Amino acid sequence: MRVKNPKAVFQEIHDAAAGRRASVEKQAVPTVHLGMATCGIAAGALETKKAFEEAILERGIAAVVHPVGCNGHCYAEPVVVIDHPDSGFSPILYPNVSPGKAKMLVKLFLEEGDPRFEHILGATVENEMIPWVMEFSRFSKETRIVTRLCGQIDPESIDEYILKDGYASLARALEMEPADIRQEIKASGLRGRGGAGFPTGEKWELAAQADGGDKILICNADEGDPGAYMDRTILESNPHQVIEGMAICARAVGAEKGIVYVRAEYPLAVDIVGKAICQARETGLLGDCILGSALHFDIEVFQGSGAFVCGEETALIQSIEGARGMPVYRPPFPVESGLYGLPTVINNVKTLTTVPPIIEKGAEWFRGIGTPGSPGTTVFSVVGEVVHPGLVEISMGVTLRTLIFDICGGIPNQKKFKAVQIGGPSGGCLPEEFLDTPIDFDSLNEAGAMMGSGGMVVMDEDSCVVDVSRYFLDFTQNESCGKCTFCRIGTRHLLDILSRITKGEGSREDLSCLKDLSRAVSEGSLCGLGRTAPNPVMTSLKYFEDEYLAHVDHKKCPGTTCRDLTAFYIDLETCARGCDVCVGCCPVDAIFTTRTRKKGIDQQLCVKCGECKVVCPPEYDAVRRISPAEGVPVVERLDKE
Amino acid sequence: MIFINVDEKKISCEEGRTLLDVCLENGIYIPNLCHVKGMQTPPASCRMCMVAIDGEKKPAMACTTRVRENMTVMTDTPEIRHLQRTALRLLLSVHDIDCKNCSANKHCELQNLSRFLKVGLKAAPYATLLKETAIDRTHPCLDYYPNRCLLCGKCIHVCRQKNGQSVFTFARRGFKTVISTFGFDNPDVFCGECLACVEICPVGALVVRKDAVNSNQKEEDT
Repeated sequence: MRVKNPKAVFQEIHDAAAGRRASVEKQAVPTVHLGMATCGIAAGALETKKAFEEAILERGIAAVVHPVGCNGHCYAEPVVVIDHPDSGFSPILYPNVSPGKAKMLVKLFLEEGDPRFEHILGATVENEMIPWVMEFSRFSKETRIVTRLCGQIDPESIDEYILKDGYASLARALEMEPADIRQEIKASGLRGRGGAGFPTGEKWELAAQADGGDKILICNADEGDPGAYMDRTILESNPHQVIEGMAICARAVGAEKGIVYVRAEYPLAVDIVGKAICQARETGLLGDCILGSALHFDIEVFQGSGAFVCGEETALIQSIEGARGMPVYRPPFPVESGLYGLPTVINNVKTLTTVPPIIEKGAEWFRGIGTPGSPGTTVFSVVGEVVHPGLVEISMGVTLRTLIFDICGGIPNQKKFKAVQIGGPSGGCLPEEFLDTPIDFDSLNEAGAMMGSGGMVVMDEDSCVVDVSRYFLDFTQNESCGKCTFCRIGTRHLLDILSRITKGEGSREDLSCLKDLSRAVSEGSLCGLGRTAPNPVMTSLKYFEDEYLAHVDHKKCPGTTCRDLTAFYIDLETCARGCDVCVGCCPVDAIFTTRTRKKGIDQQLCVKCGECKVVCPPEYDAVRRISPAEGVPVVERLDKE
Repeated sequence: MIFINVDEKKISCEEGRTLLDVCLENGIYIPNLCHVKGMQTPPASCRMCMVAIDGEKKPAMACTTRVRENMTVMTDTPEIRHLQRTALRLLLSVHDIDCKNCSANKHCELQNLSRFLKVGLKAAPYATLLKETAIDRTHPCLDYYPNRCLLCGKCIHVCRQKNGQSVFTFARRGFKTVISTFGFDNPDVFCGECLACVEICPVGALVVRKDAVNSNQKEEDT
């Protein structure tokens, strides 16, 4: 078979895609770009989409609704960008578009040309009338490489990706020698984004040199950390960049078979990736003789059954082979002997997604971003007590302070920052002193946390670090595969001790036992799950020992979170006469009216659900939560005045 | 032949073998529970056979470490012993310590280890956590005691070695992991004769059911 020039073949594909797009976008009609990833749908994007479509149909306007992926601004979901060229405005981004808002925008903006300034977040391009989104630090301080097209294109259309220069890097890579591709990745200093930070170029080199038959490439999308959803968003918003990265890797290491290992709990991602693979195959970007070259490479999707430990590469391999998802001792490493004993490269979604831009712009450009030890960017899902939670891509080396306070808007409700948990259940809990730590692999490890896969939970002064540690231990304990002694039994004891402490039944001996056992579990366990599972406990014990001591010695929860150590009461000074809101919401009828027609809580009946605190009108804000529970003021049912 | 140093003793051995095998053959005892001699891929799950290797920061498992020329190994450092004692106490915390009524009394690996490591046969400082099911009687002639089992997996290993396919497998996961036959409805496997699993069990987790043996013997007698 004659080998053609990949660039020429790619140009043909590109022209064909351009032709197809042009026929779709023939008329310059207003376009409503609507974020339709899982997060958007959860926030009501389906209803919003229906409302837009109905309203457009009803009013007989020529406008189209264009589903796109997620742009990472979770606090603003459902996010809509309306591009209405005839109105004279630049494309405008609207946050929190409910169905009602959608109908209003169709009528007032699409039909009458009034963009309703009060609902605008910003314009997506610079202009003179509406503030540009890049004037806000939530947008401007991000550096988008991996997520550059997320939320911009329809993930189900390969044409849109190709027209944004997608797959051009693959065409370029096919003209390079495999060794040169590996050299380029090595020179870029790219480190695996799955958490451990192993140099990607080295891994590829080892795989390329491994002998032992066909090589296999696995894209690890078994994202399981609580509160982390970077991989899902990328797969749902821009699957073709992942596929392109995989194809380039296949060329570099000589693999013919690729597997995307994605959790079955991500149905939309499974669906979208499956469609994207089909499209790529039909277009000639996967399969035999890709772009007319000698590269044969195809990808299939494997759905994981949701065990957290299967994100560990050896357990992942076991799981694909049909065995119990239990980690196996390394060496041999998968690059020598992995799936079915074949040399196997396993890379995280973000690592593979970073590859096409590196091939496109070169290692030198990539090294210019981030820090010398950790070049490039990292994607974090910032959740918890911040004003603007969501997906954030920053260049390495940005400090935690910048990320939390500048980009994510700091802590809401004038509360104080207490701690940040980085790296999910395997990560550490860092206090305020570490806010100026630059975010990169080495600095975070040094501080006792870890990059992990990129989950970040921010806690304010009302959170309890003991309770947070207990939460994460509960997760790892549940997800332990049960193979090795330390992880199987050790994490269970750690959890039991922490639960005891949060109930006020802990002792000083428990604390020393916690310390000792945490160290043993982290040193003795077989795989990464067990070795890192005690991290939340160890770091919180190190940085917040006083909180543990308060729980143990004074039965006091400084964050007023632990249910057994706190009590609710109503401040008679601010409680309003005759207001009955709390009485109605109490599920156990624990709230009574005093003789002064104010309210009191019967401590015997109260189940500490906190509903009364939520519903108490802000102008009174009379419900208080205190710890220790013994300190609660006694309110007589028949209050005499 | 290469030479290694274990506890200041020079040992000659073949290259490529596991450190645990070499030490055990040369009379240096390293605590171990899940290792069967000659295993190709050790499970490394009991985490008992820890040793300190010169030049390595973290304790290594002797069952997965291959011997190298001139490696210096310590099996008896305070740190190693501390970790081994912790592992043993963890195992004891999920073990039904009722030696008097256990078939493995006096030839039990846990008793041996507790003597070797000088750890009392009690769960302290950890709380005792036992599983609800005391005896699983789903196998036609073997009783399985989940609260005695160490989950070393040796029964699975020998059964597979002897019969090509194992009657047992791990079931459930995490803290709830047990050994199970999954109902034992495989007519191709004739079970109850070789008893290799009962023999290899380091504790008394697999026991031949008394009435089952009797009925077999009766059949043989007639």
